This record gives sequence, C-alpha cells and structure tokens, in this order.
Amino acid sequence: MSTTISENLKSEVKNLNFYYGDVHVLKNNNLPIARRKVTALIGPSGCGKTTFLRCFNRMHDLYPHNRYEGEIILYPDGINIISPKIDPIEIRMQISMVFQKPNPFPKSIYENVAYGLRVRGINKRHILDEKVEKSLRGAALWDEVKDRLHKPAFDLSGGQQQRLCIARALATDPRILLFDEPTSALDPTATSKIEELIIELKKEVTIIIVTHNMQQAARVSDYTAFMYIGELIEFGKTDMIFTAPAQKLTEEYITGRFG
Amino acid sequence: MNHSQKRKIKETAIEASLLLCALFSVFITLSIVFILSYESFGFFKEVSLKEFFTETRWTPLFAEPKFGILSLVMGTLLTTGIALSVALPLGLLVAVFLSEFAPHKMRELIKPLLELLAAVPTVVYGYFALLFLTPILQRFITDLSGFNALSPGIIMGIMIIPYVSSVSEDAMKAVPMHIREGSYAMGATKLQTAFKVIIPSAFSGIAAAFIIGISRAIGETMVVAIAAGGMPNLTANPLEPVQTLTAYIVQVSLGDVPHGTVEYKTIFAAGITLFFMTLGFNILGFWLRKRMREAY
Repeated sequence: MSTTISENLKSEVKNLNFYYGDVHVLKNNNLPIARRKVTALIGPSGCGKTTFLRCFNRMHDLYPHNRYEGEIILYPDGINIISPKIDPIEIRMQISMVFQKPNPFPKSIYENVAYGLRVRGINKRHILDEKVEKSLRGAALWDEVKDRLHKPAFDLSGGQQQRLCIARALATDPRILLFDEPTSALDPTATSKIEELIIELKKEVTIIIVTHNMQQAARVSDYTAFMYIGELIEFGKTDMIFTAPAQKLTEEYITGRFG
Repeated sequence: MNHSQKRKIKETAIEASLLLCALFSVFITLSIVFILSYESFGFFKEVSLKEFFTETRWTPLFAEPKFGILSLVMGTLLTTGIALSVALPLGLLVAVFLSEFAPHKMRELIKPLLELLAAVPTVVYGYFALLFLTPILQRFITDLSGFNALSPGIIMGIMIIPYVSSVSEDAMKAVPMHIREGSYAMGATKLQTAFKVIIPSAFSGIAAAFIIGISRAIGETMVVAIAAGGMPNLTANPLEPVQTLTAYIVQVSLGDVPHGTVEYKTIFAAGITLFFMTLGFNILGFWLRKRMREAY
C-alpha cells in the first residue's frame, strides 16, 4: 500500500502502535495528513478509527494503562506528538477536537467559545470579543446567535450546539481540527450544514474526520483511509478509494458487503 | 381459587401495605406540624408577634419575662454561619479532589474514613469542642470565653463536611465523560476542568449538598447545647456565649416547666421558628435544583 502523496504535509503517522493495557489496538499504521485538506478515516465499528484519531490530541493520556509506540510527526516543526516528552496539554492547545455528541459547557454561548482562550490566560475583553465573533462566523453560527451571546448554550438546537463546539475548537486557531463522527447525533439538515462547513474550513485548517457514513466521507474528504481491525488497509485520494479501490476488503466495505 | 386470582390478591395486599407505610410517614409529619402550630398558637395568644420579633431579650424563665426570639435566631445563624464557612469550602474541595484527582484506590480508602466523621455521636463532638478546641483557641484569642459560638461552630463544620462532600462528589461523578473530554481537548488542565466545567455542570447537585449541610447545621443540637453556653445573646460576636433555638428547646424540655404555661409553650414557638427556617432552606434547595437542572 502506498502511503506517500505529493502534497504539502501537515502531519505524518509512522509505525503507530497503540495498546489498551495488553490489547494491541492499532497495528503498525502509517498515514500522511495533507495540509489544508480533509482526510477521512472510515471502517466498520470497532476498527480503531476513533482510537486512531484520539492519538492526535493525546486523549488516551486521560486514562491509565494506555501506551503509544511509533511517531506522529507534526509539521513544520517536526515534533513527535505522541512522544512521552511532549506535554499533552501543549498538543491539545494546537490540535482541537469536535466530538460525536455536541458537548457544550454549562455556560453562555459566548463563554463556550471563549473557553479555550480563557484557559490560555487570555481575558482581555476586546480580544475575546473579536475571537468569539470570528469563530462563530467561521462556524456559520454568528447570524443565528449574535443577539443572544450571553444566553445558555443549552438553549441551542443539537445542530447549533455542534456548530458551537466547532466555533469553540476554532477559537484557538488550531493547526489541525479533529472530527469524531461529528454528525452521528444530528438530523440530515444539520448534518449537511456541518458538511458544508467542513469543506469551507479546510481553506484555513487541516482536518481529519472519522465517519461511519461513507457518503459523508465521499462528500467532504480529499483523502480517505480505510481501517479494519486496527490496521490501515488502504489509503488514497477519496475518488480513487470510492471508485477503484485496490484492496478487495476496501471494495467489500464500500459496496456494503459488511460493516 | 386459581393462580391468577391468588397473584392478584397478593399484589393488592402488597400495594396496600406499601401505601400504608407511605401514608404513615406523611401522617407523622402532619401531626408534628399540627402540634407545633397548635401549641404556638396558644403562645401567640399571650405574646404578641410584635414582641416576638422586635424584642431583643429572650428571658421567658425570669420573673419579668421577655420573649424576643431574635437572640435565639441570631445564636443559630451565628453558629450555622461559622459551621458553613468551614464545611462548604472544605466539603467542596474534598469532593473535587475525590471526584477529579484522587486515584481509584485512594478514593476507596478516603471515602469511608470521611464518612466515619458523620458516624461520631454528636455529644462527643460537643465535648470535643468544649474541652479540646476551646482551650486551644483561647491560647490565640485571649478574650474568648469558655462558652462561645466559634468553637462549636467550627466543630459542627467539620462534622458536616462528609454530608457536603459526599453528595457533591456524587453530582460531580455524574457529569458525563464527554463534557470532561471537551474541556481537556481545549487544552485545559485538571484544575481548570474541575473549577470551570465540572463544578458548574454539577451545580444543582452541589446546591443540594449545600442545603443538606445548612439544614444539618441549623438543626444541630448537642454540640451547641454543650459548648456554646446557655445564654440567649443578641450578638454577632463569635467569641461570646450564645444560645441557639435547638439548645434552648433542650434546656427547657429538660427543666421542670409546668405543662400548659407560657414558659412551656415557648418550646413550641422556638420549634416552629426552627421549622420555618429549615423549610425555607429546603424550598430554596428545591427551587435551585429545578432551575439549574442541566440537560445532557
């Protein structure tokens, strides 16, 4: 399988292994992440795609008995994200994540977006105002909430909450934005809004998205990686993966023979 | 009789007995409220509400009795305030530690030890305040009298910590993991996550814990009866002896006040005042819980 692409790389996964205790979950994975493109991870439930994604912001460090091996290089500085020497908080400051279920905090819309900045010690009103507006515009939510910025975030609909979470993730100018099945809890209208947003966002930021919805991967991504039981089976340009997959397993999955 | 009929009778009998148990506790509560109101009504026939609320002295047993409940209310508020200023912050911090920081094994060890605090008889706490804490405090605060509000207040606060921490911790533990992860994913530290996200998320539960603590402190009797002194005293100075509503009730119930006299009825007047204070806090707690309930 080829894992080289002629693109400007934002990140590169090299021989990544991951263990939950004694369980070997990710096996020797290699994957290039193109700068300002959308890379989709697809595969059947339990194939390890979410585990893979959560290596990028070291979420596994929150739980005991987890172990990484290998490298995830972040360009241009060339640091290894999963090195034990690297502080996971430093990584999370640069790589944001949007989760499966919208998870706004019990705060106002404004404070939700400002959260990442406040955590970094930024409390100047004019900076926050500016960043909050920019992020909400970036998440295509500004027009809907500009008159009620100080109302609780829980008053928003599910789709709006998810776009709020995207705004929250954008506010800190992340270098990579991770999406973990961001539309699985949303209705079709809200889903298509999020998808349009992802396509819009890649002009500014590198995106990795995990999805169990193959049509979604086909619609939003430039590159697709197909995973199966912890292994990266095939990687390539999205249109190639979906029209002419090289591996039999990939073909069986995308034609719906299992999964 | 067939099987189905037998089952029906059995079910009905069980339902009826359960209903009876429920009604019984409601009945007891209502009778308490009735007795309190009835006897206080008799009291207020002899003492005007105006005197009750504006008089500054409470001396029902003197030759020239005065019935100003404020001095007892003040004593209660003072000891309760001191207790809460110990119990609420410490209880909350303990809960944050147990829920967000302590490794599993340490939590399993500390929780039961902490709950042991609640198992110590309150009379022991009372003597602990009087004979241990007061002398120590007197070394630092020279004009602290032997009976005072400060020492039992602090001890009561320590006694209440487990009530506050245990309910708060349950509320924090119940905050879903994806809310926590959302905070960590933004680059927040554990401390930032605990204070900026977990506490606000668990607010309704924490408020409930605080209300339990407050009600517990207002109703506490033994510690203050032993260590705060028996002198109704309208003061905000924690170094002076005070008497709380509860301690007054103990004092008079144990004495030889003749049944039916106005002195006897003061017990009920103090009791109903206490009842309304705790009721007020419970209603506040109920309202806070309803208002702040978070939808995850």
